[in-house]
Amino acid sequence: MLSVTEVMQLLTPAGQRITVASQAMSPGPSPAGEPCPPSANAAAAGELTVADIDLPAQIADLTDDDLVGLYRDMVLVRRLDEEATSLQRQGELGLWASLRGQEAAQVGSGRALGAQDMAFPSYREHGVAWCRGIDPMAILAIFRGNSLGGWDPAEHGFALYSIVVGAQTLHATGYAMGMARDGSPGAAIVYFGDGASSEGDVNEAFGWASVFRTPLVFFCQNNQWAISEPASRQSRTEIFHRASGFGFPSLRVDGNDVLACLAVTRWALATARAGGGPVLVEAVTYRMGAHTTADDPTRYRAPGELDAWRRRDPIDRMRAHLGAAGLLDEDRERRLAIEADACAHDLRTRCRSMPDPEPASLFDHVQVTDTGLVSVQRSAFTAAPGDGGDGPYVQGDLDRRSGLVTGETRVSGQAW
Amino acid sequence: MTSGAVITNGQRADAGAAPAAPAPITMAKALNLGLRAAMAADPKVLVMGEDVGTLGGVFRVTDGLQQEFGEPRVIDTPLAESAIVGTAIGLAMRGYRPVCEIQFDGFVYPAFDQIVSQLAKLHYRSAGRIRLPVTIRIPFGGGIGAVEHHSESPEAYFCHTAGLKVVACSNPADAHLMIQQAIRSDDPVIFLEPKRRYWEKAVVDPRPLTELPAADTTELHRSMVARAGTDATLVGYGPTVRTCLDAAEVSAADDSRSLEVIDLRSLSPLDLTPVLDSVRRTGRLVVVHEAPSNVSLSAEVAARVTEEAFYSLEAPVLRVTGYDTPYPPARLEDHYLPDVDRILDAVDRSFGF
Repeated sequence: MLSVTEVMQLLTPAGQRITVASQAMSPGPSPAGEPCPPSANAAAAGELTVADIDLPAQIADLTDDDLVGLYRDMVLVRRLDEEATSLQRQGELGLWASLRGQEAAQVGSGRALGAQDMAFPSYREHGVAWCRGIDPMAILAIFRGNSLGGWDPAEHGFALYSIVVGAQTLHATGYAMGMARDGSPGAAIVYFGDGASSEGDVNEAFGWASVFRTPLVFFCQNNQWAISEPASRQSRTEIFHRASGFGFPSLRVDGNDVLACLAVTRWALATARAGGGPVLVEAVTYRMGAHTTADDPTRYRAPGELDAWRRRDPIDRMRAHLGAAGLLDEDRERRLAIEADACAHDLRTRCRSMPDPEPASLFDHVQVTDTGLVSVQRSAFTAAPGDGGDGPYVQGDLDRRSGLVTGETRVSGQAW
Repeated sequence: MTSGAVITNGQRADAGAAPAAPAPITMAKALNLGLRAAMAADPKVLVMGEDVGTLGGVFRVTDGLQQEFGEPRVIDTPLAESAIVGTAIGLAMRGYRPVCEIQFDGFVYPAFDQIVSQLAKLHYRSAGRIRLPVTIRIPFGGGIGAVEHHSESPEAYFCHTAGLKVVACSNPADAHLMIQQAIRSDDPVIFLEPKRRYWEKAVVDPRPLTELPAADTTELHRSMVARAGTDATLVGYGPTVRTCLDAAEVSAADDSRSLEVIDLRSLSPLDLTPVLDSVRRTGRLVVVHEAPSNVSLSAEVAARVTEEAFYSLEAPVLRVTGYDTPYPPARLEDHYLPDVDRILDAVDRSFGF
């Protein structure tokens, strides 16, 4: 019943570059089944295989500097991620959701995006954010409790983080509909995980995007775990198989292979931009860390599992490839390490010196046009002693102080 | 009174200088004209929902819009309420002004997360960078003999949610005006249409918002005195405004009591100025709605009137509402829904204090 196509790759876990399309490898520790024949037409609904897409051609333009740049992105993002984890442990952040292990999926897909495209993240897409020019401090501010989303989505082509898993797939679908109507040259991409694939919203988005042929790439990072639940608890079929039931093409890529992720995302975006409708990409990867800093994966993961995935580490793989190609020597590695430490130091400094927001800012931007209630509460709050409002909120008291209640008199002598 | 026009028997007294006095039209038709005017005024306005296109909506509120404005602007959607709202959010982020129709009140709950966690909060989450001018039209309330899930009053859920604006029209003229104002609002608006009043008729000034005199005097979030009175105050919204007006009529004839009727129109934000003005004159207040009483609009009105006009009250604020049961089978709905007798009983109780 279950047919599993091969996982698209351009780098083996040992870092060997695959240049012949049919050389694709098995996905490794994740469950694998039997191969199925490639579909005849890449544009038709169905699962795509390496025979349908000339993967090497998708990245044929990459220069040596580009290749090193992808590596640099991954190294810096991991270093920043490590720093954020430390900051959480030291009490500077309330929580952190580490992307460790998913750098290739995020940097590969993120670097496939153009300025005309729009990305809709979930809450772990720090690597995509990096590619879109988001200041990492803006992300830390969310986990520190200073903001709910601190960047301009329009400026960066990067929507706000979405914590209710899967909800953003519908926003992306609508946004992509709007892009098509506007004749935009771009496409949208939406990130979600194996857990979110069970949500109704994701399935509604699949159906809707397919019916309206919206220019949208569904990019599922299957990191094998939704907190404690394995991907097998979400689905009896491979996630990328689901697209065929909704009538649009899908493929599965080695999510720890930055080159393959870049190649397939470029292809999927080009398909979407050209009016080919949505594409589902399942990037098979692994959440090497905990779900968040509040999680303890030793309670649910087998001890050897992480070791198996460590041998498929996305950064080690690219390092091996660049080393073999003569593009990365010890000096370049050392300079990159210094750069990463400097970025981390800068992030730490800015995080620790970040002041709390102004208390009264909690009333800002509730609506474009404030309701009377918010205005009244803000007035009373700012008038309160200490400006922090440590007294209990009392509506009637508040209304008197704000002057809302004036001239109140009894209309008769009878009280009750 | 600061809140604009007085309407009597559901008809705006100062609707004024309509060019030619047209025949009375139904509320459904008035909404249709309002939608048409909004679509003509702004090419970014889209109508989307189940059966809104070819069919013209199950209540025909969107009748003819697809023929006039084309399929791209009047979209028959998949049966996926969460997606209707969720994609409207994405379209709004892209600069559109979607008007979503949820076919019946009881079908809005699959969209609840998108409304409450996304639509209501994205402006706040984005520190004001994202604006979501999305209107969600929901036929609500009972009284049409429908099957389950077709007669509910979900307004309190939305009023409880910061970031949403919630309004309910009660008569054709308001329906025509308010739908255009809601679509023009830069904030998301839950637009509740009392489905059992869809076929009630009144003369409506058919001109678009920009030419409507009422638009200048009556903001979307203003409550209005629907019938002036001196002895006690009735507050209703949506379908119960008509019931309150009928009660006032009966009370005047049978009991020689002069009941003031106030149509809230806007449920969030609440404009209680006319209510407080009225209570300061009458000293007695009865709030009427179809929704259950527990943690409801009437609870909020009672609390705030008590806080702000305590010394004016001659009696506790009383409430006439649907019961705290699920909506019953249609053969029992006449017992469930507030009617003239129950309202007048409450008025009597108020005078008994």
